[in-house]
Amino acid sequence: MAYSEKVLDHFQNPKNVGTLDKSKSTVGTGLVGAPECGDVMRLQIEVDPTTQTIIDAKFKTFGCGSAIASSSLATEWLKGKTIDQALTIDNMDIVEELALPPVKIHCSVLAEDAIKGAIADYQSKNGIAVTAIASSH
Amino acid sequence: MRVYLDNNATTPCDPRVVDTMVPYFYQKPGNSASRNHPFGWEAEEGVDYAREQIAMLLKVDPKEIIFTSGATESDNLAIKGVFEMYKSKGNHIITVTTEHKAVLDTCDKLTESGAEITYLKVAEDGLIDLSELEAAIKPTTILVSVMWANNETGVIQPMKEIGAICEKYGVLFMSDATQAVGKIPTYPKEVGVHLMAWTSHKMYGPKGVGALYVSRKSPRVKVTAQMDGGGHERGMRSGTLNVPGIVGFGKAAEIARMEMHSDAERLSKLRDKLERELTSRLEECYINGNVQYRMPHVTNISFKHVEGEGLMMTFNQNIAVSSGSACTSASLEPSYVLVALGLGDDLAHSSIRFSLGRFTTEEEIDFAIEKLVAGVNHMRNLSPIWEMYKEGVDLSTVQWSEH
Repeated sequence: MAYSEKVLDHFQNPKNVGTLDKSKSTVGTGLVGAPECGDVMRLQIEVDPTTQTIIDAKFKTFGCGSAIASSSLATEWLKGKTIDQALTIDNMDIVEELALPPVKIHCSVLAEDAIKGAIADYQSKNGIAVTAIASSH
Repeated sequence: MRVYLDNNATTPCDPRVVDTMVPYFYQKPGNSASRNHPFGWEAEEGVDYAREQIAMLLKVDPKEIIFTSGATESDNLAIKGVFEMYKSKGNHIITVTTEHKAVLDTCDKLTESGAEITYLKVAEDGLIDLSELEAAIKPTTILVSVMWANNETGVIQPMKEIGAICEKYGVLFMSDATQAVGKIPTYPKEVGVHLMAWTSHKMYGPKGVGALYVSRKSPRVKVTAQMDGGGHERGMRSGTLNVPGIVGFGKAAEIARMEMHSDAERLSKLRDKLERELTSRLEECYINGNVQYRMPHVTNISFKHVEGEGLMMTFNQNIAVSSGSACTSASLEPSYVLVALGLGDDLAHSSIRFSLGRFTTEEEIDFAIEKLVAGVNHMRNLSPIWEMYKEGVDLSTVQWSEH
């Protein structure tokens, strides 16, 4: 069995698939990857501006089962966290949770980049100093 | 239900093949090189009969068949064997970018011994340009190596025309015919192929045994052995013969000779149905490779904006196929064959190869059609680039943040 139970579960029952209105100031969109690489993740967050808490998160991913599971898991983890808490999510947390094998670690890296991308987009749209910096892996 | 549509990767043994092999494990376990007792003689008889059946399939002389462990070994024997044997004539080999790794890696390895290799490009449909081939031949050219049918797309090269060019310039013509032998007529003498490599396990025979056809008459070709130690197979391939494997291989060849045409007819209809249904029920499907010069049982389709491994996950418990996606390869590179066709990495990542076989039923094809349509739609609902395409975004203008 090449995939872990958790990856299969996220793949068969992905959480939070969808699209938020990116024109809203409360929505941040992270779009990472490229079709030529076989991986594109779009992760969106909706932030409550008064509490800086992420109240909703949605994703869509073009990629393999592990990529889809990584981004699905990311949206689950984001909901209810503050921006600062969300910035502490590390790709290795995703690797551990999903038991990703070494060849699939890059999927978790992309998910972490997508999270940071969404936060950076939200911050720059709202004139907040961008604290989300995508790691140079 | 378990549906196997990955026959280009390997084929199940035909039960008739296994039946003929069994006695050679128990009652007739002799070494075919044992000259002095009935055990040896029986084994030799089994091998001789198999060799004849295989020769009949190819319309060649049994003396022109050398048994090996498989197509990879046969490719190595042909290419390295010719290079070493004809060193005084030259060092230039011409092959094609879409060949199997067994040919490409062997050619690459030979550069360490002073070989010069030309890799011909292919057109979008996977065919080589005959004038480019002719232009590439020079006085130092000793071998042209072109596969009969491609394993990923099923595309069949213009073998007779290539043979004529090689004949004109006095260059040896070798072909890796693994995907073609036993499925379409492959008569090396009729097209001018001087060496031909293939394996048993792609034609409903057992794994672990293959063959190399080496022409003995006009021209008389020789290859330097790559396996030394006993001089078996006319000194060209030492090592105890895989008697049960060869017996099975021979039976597979006999069956293929009898049933090849009816199999091909039945399978091309099923393949056409699969292709027709998928391309009519799903948008943005692209068939890869020339559809006219193609194996009857293969179709390679790209489902745009859907990644291959992910798509396979929607049905791989029930249906076996292959993909050109990077995620499915050990090297994490997308299929080099599809890239050579000029597909673009994104379409390579989205490709699925369906290869039908003797045991594929219409019921299985109908099942596969439904699962594929459902799977592609499911994946497109998850895909941000499908959403963008539907919104009318020109994806080629998007600034992707690659890393």
